[in-house]
Amino acid sequence: MAVSFTVDGQVVRVEGLHPTTTLLRWLRESGRVGTKEGCAEGDCGACTVVVAHDGRWRAVNSCLIPLPSLHGRAVLTVEGLARGDRAHPVQEAMVEALGSQCGYCTPGFVMTLFEGAHRTDLDQPWKLDDQLCGNLCRCTGYRPIRDALQQVAGTCPDDGLAAPATDEDALREDGEGGAWFAPTRVSEATAWLAEHPEARVIAGATDLGLDITQKHARFASLLSVDRLAELRGIEVAAGMATIGAATTLVELEDWSAEGLPVLHRMLRFFGARQIKHRATIGGNLCNASPIGDLAPVVLALGGAMELVSASGARTVSADDFFVAYRRTALQPGELLARVRLPIPPAATKLGAYKVSRRRELDISAVSAAFQVRVAEDAVTEARLAYGGMAATPIRARAAEALLVGRPWTEETVRAAADSLRESFQPLTDHRASAEYRHRVARNLLLGFFAETREQPFIALPDRPTATVQEVG
Amino acid sequence: MTRPPTTLHQDATHESALGHVTGHARYVDDLPHPPGLLHGVIVRSPVARGTLLGVDVEDAVRLPGVVRVLTASDVPGDNHVGPIVHDEPVLADGELWWNGQPVALVLGTTREAARRGAEAVSVRHEPLTPVLTMEEAERRDQWLITPHVIRRGDVDAALASAHLVIQGEVHTPGQDHFYLETHASLAVPGEAGTMDLASSTQHPTEIQRMVAHVLGIPDAAVTCRVPRMGGGFGGKESQATTPACLAALGAWLTQRPVKVWLERGEDMRITGKRHPFRGRYRAGFDAEGRLLGFDAEVVADGGATVDLTGPIVDRALFHLDNAYVLPACRLVGKAVRTNLPSNTAFRGFGGPQGVAVIEDAMERAAFQLGLDPVEIRRRNYYADTAGRDITPYGQQVRDVRIERMTETLLATSDLAAWRAEVAAFNATSAHTKRGIGFVPVKFGISFTNSLLNQAGALLLVYADGSVQLNHGGTEMGQGLHTKMIAVCAEVLGVRPSDVRVMATSTEKVPNTSATAASSGSDLNGQAVREACEAVKARMVPVACELLGAERVRFAGGRCVDADRPDHAVAFSKVASDCWVRQISLSSTGFYRTPGIAYDRPGGQGTPFFYYAYGAALAEVEVSAWTGEYRIRRADLLHDVGDSLVPSIDRGQVEGAFVQGVGWLTTEDVLYGPDGACVTRGPSTYKIPAVGDVPADLRVNLERSPQAGTIGGSKAVGEPPFLLGFSVVHALRAAVAAFGTREPELALPATPEAVLFAIDRQRA
Repeated sequence: MAVSFTVDGQVVRVEGLHPTTTLLRWLRESGRVGTKEGCAEGDCGACTVVVAHDGRWRAVNSCLIPLPSLHGRAVLTVEGLARGDRAHPVQEAMVEALGSQCGYCTPGFVMTLFEGAHRTDLDQPWKLDDQLCGNLCRCTGYRPIRDALQQVAGTCPDDGLAAPATDEDALREDGEGGAWFAPTRVSEATAWLAEHPEARVIAGATDLGLDITQKHARFASLLSVDRLAELRGIEVAAGMATIGAATTLVELEDWSAEGLPVLHRMLRFFGARQIKHRATIGGNLCNASPIGDLAPVVLALGGAMELVSASGARTVSADDFFVAYRRTALQPGELLARVRLPIPPAATKLGAYKVSRRRELDISAVSAAFQVRVAEDAVTEARLAYGGMAATPIRARAAEALLVGRPWTEETVRAAADSLRESFQPLTDHRASAEYRHRVARNLLLGFFAETREQPFIALPDRPTATVQEVG
Repeated sequence: MTRPPTTLHQDATHESALGHVTGHARYVDDLPHPPGLLHGVIVRSPVARGTLLGVDVEDAVRLPGVVRVLTASDVPGDNHVGPIVHDEPVLADGELWWNGQPVALVLGTTREAARRGAEAVSVRHEPLTPVLTMEEAERRDQWLITPHVIRRGDVDAALASAHLVIQGEVHTPGQDHFYLETHASLAVPGEAGTMDLASSTQHPTEIQRMVAHVLGIPDAAVTCRVPRMGGGFGGKESQATTPACLAALGAWLTQRPVKVWLERGEDMRITGKRHPFRGRYRAGFDAEGRLLGFDAEVVADGGATVDLTGPIVDRALFHLDNAYVLPACRLVGKAVRTNLPSNTAFRGFGGPQGVAVIEDAMERAAFQLGLDPVEIRRRNYYADTAGRDITPYGQQVRDVRIERMTETLLATSDLAAWRAEVAAFNATSAHTKRGIGFVPVKFGISFTNSLLNQAGALLLVYADGSVQLNHGGTEMGQGLHTKMIAVCAEVLGVRPSDVRVMATSTEKVPNTSATAASSGSDLNGQAVREACEAVKARMVPVACELLGAERVRFAGGRCVDADRPDHAVAFSKVASDCWVRQISLSSTGFYRTPGIAYDRPGGQGTPFFYYAYGAALAEVEVSAWTGEYRIRRADLLHDVGDSLVPSIDRGQVEGAFVQGVGWLTTEDVLYGPDGACVTRGPSTYKIPAVGDVPADLRVNLERSPQAGTIGGSKAVGEPPFLLGFSVVHALRAAVAAFGTREPELALPATPEAVLFAIDRQRA
């Protein structure tokens, strides 16, 4: 197959391409070796580049992007920032801060800083960390890199590198390595799916990309939904948010900060900036992993999925969507089009929690989302949803039953929390032991209760800038 | 914009920083591909222990793009390599020793072709029951090294007389190096039976020797060049050998260039980690908390081969005292062989594992005696006074800085007020608690195998006054080249921008030691100085003659009449005049550390040239709901001597601290029941991310000069790694705040370990 796109201002056309060739592989094999491979699983950020999208440069992991996704789009790498001998202001900031030691993670950090320099919303210390948490450094201990970001964040340097408009035309290629179809209309997508029931649906490829780079998987046909404008964006009407399945997590995060804070809370420690620019709500839900962090929120909110196919549309409640380990109610030929999330009334008690070994960019040991409504001193509705406790994201129905009709008191909640151990048989794996999962599942519900009583749950401290002093 | 070092003892940016930030800095995998390049992909053992019956390659060689498959029988020289003992097969031969061990190398015209070839190779084997734990290895008497014993006084009598005897067991975890650049080697066959390599290694001489050994050719037929490394941390000290030997073997047999580059998952499955240790001890204290006797045994899990296990256990033993006088002691170090990847050097090299044991004793003694954890430690510090300045192995400790540094740290951190804040918080917080932890550090500097403490340099001054500097050390991010430029520029009085440090190469400086043991700038700095002084000595008479001067100074790119400072001539003019007068402008330099020697069988000697010190306080906040925690603040004070480049040393202190915290908290190397490493990428192996760094990090440097070292500086690579213990001690304090009993916290102190510790505390 053949695709064309822009790299560092230069239009390139790549022929004879295998659809699972990643941007990083192609960059390095074409001699653009400034961009590094540290892990090829989207967890270290050494390969970070920026891709133009909606008029802005977005940091992404080039190791997880299939090259056909870039057709008609523009990429900027670490090698495209300097103007002749003049380094870019973010590059100068990294040098001055001593933000590089071995230098191998540095190109990725530079691109994350570049995006940060053009973001005007990095006004909190934790947001600086959020911008940086997708990049690992083994040498510096991060303090100097954080200083560099603090210096450049929101400065919007006049670097002549405005994100260009991109061409979102359809791409249809049937090559030796398999078929790739990226339609612009949902009807085209469903028609093609009907003909290719074996096709894998691909959005940001942040999970499928792992199959490519880690398991070296190949696919006969891939349907890319990232050009389906109909599946992007969020509409709110009559207490219901309708979210296009191809809406990215950054878009979801930006909206939910005010539109649905419980969702925003979960997204705070969800992946990294690079992942959230590519990953979509539909991808996270259709993946149906027991540790997909959006699923508990959707379950707790009582969401529903709008599925479309060539023969029509149907709606499935979130409760019926996750049918088995990594299996959903989607039938061959069906596509998740939209997710509907009822926006709870103001007095609803809501919580969302994610517990992992490392706070940032880690996979949950346990995640949970809770919705509890209380009227006239009794719980009228309780939806307690967990990730990491079973083969699917799951509601704790026995515990819910112990809450409904009873007063919202520590005694009631404790009884419900104690019942969880009977409801779940979690695994022991490299993320956590079954015993830890049991205890945390219980404690999260107790902690949620404490939070609803306005006790602090776990503080997220502000992060003053580190200081370096010398003793005489 | 870049601030190269201007002169010694001043801040500077990293000499390659501009290359790093623009992507122009080249690493081995970035080098242009020579024509005809083949890619090598390793076929790994699928079992932790077994008998190798054969390697079936027919299906692989039929695949398009697969050129050849190499097995042990293809090795022309000796298939066995290793840094001390040659006990590690380059390719498995007869037996399979660990899950991930290289069995064959598939050469393909593309990496993809070679990888598909590797998938098609079948390793025929008969599995045997592997030994995957230290305990099982001990039961089977699988000892890897001769035990090392250091004794002083009558420890049993000392313990019998003690007011308090604590018996403890400490398990310190492994740690993956997680250098961002994985192992990579490019081998290019030369004319007439020679081989040239570019390798991501901390030890190019070892690569040269081992490649020669495997190919059966003289060392002189092999060159190894190191452009730079994307991190090393000890992981590329001995274990770069396998990829380099495999690349060289492929290049030798095909007479085509071969590159062996490991994907992250391959790197983590094939290579060894920091040695997990188990320490058991009895520590006797008097009622005031003074140590009377310490009886300790440490056992390391060496993995499948010897590698560097011996000296790592030695260093653990040398650090069982940390900063404390042990009046009577018995210290025993052992190691076992297991069917796991061979564990290897990692920043600290056993030192942190040794310190962990006595720090456990200190924490428990402070609790049980009701003493301030800072105070009990101070009562046991070494000092420059008779009776308090001799280590268990008989070395006199001189210029002891730890008490002075502790006083400074207590003052700059205002510990009393800090503790009051924490106590006030804890008094009103039921579900989250805070704790403050302290650790002092004393770390011995020198390779403990004394002969390795030697280094060479080669200086080339050109007739235009520009300078090429070669030395035996490798650059892995630690800023060694930046410091060497500073030394060279200082001696020659030239601008740092006129000095070019060349890629480390065995054809410039022979018989080098690894860039390891924090020794890079100590050893190479002296060699660089000597090379520069030698050339300068030849230039001085020419400069004097040009200026009509008696004495000249070299400064600011000029040679200045020492008696008439307004009379000067450019360094470049003196250089060109030397050339015209047929005077050599090139010299080697050489250095060996004086006065060190150690008798291992006797357990006595002076293994270290000096000690570096550090002290740290850290505060954490833990959640009793989940066991999650945050490091709120850390105050570090570290001894760097009269630092060659203070900004570089600060970077080492901060980076080492965070890496030490990672080892003790979130990093957890896990193997499955089949002995395969299951934490084989950043998705499952969690090194610290930006949010794991203390919100408030205060770093101070102790800068009094050290006698006898280059510029009065001190080694800095490893010692600050141990400052990470302050965070574990803070976690223990925070856990303790949930109850009244002595906290029990396992390492690594993951949120899970912390939650379990809190639950025990509250039970």
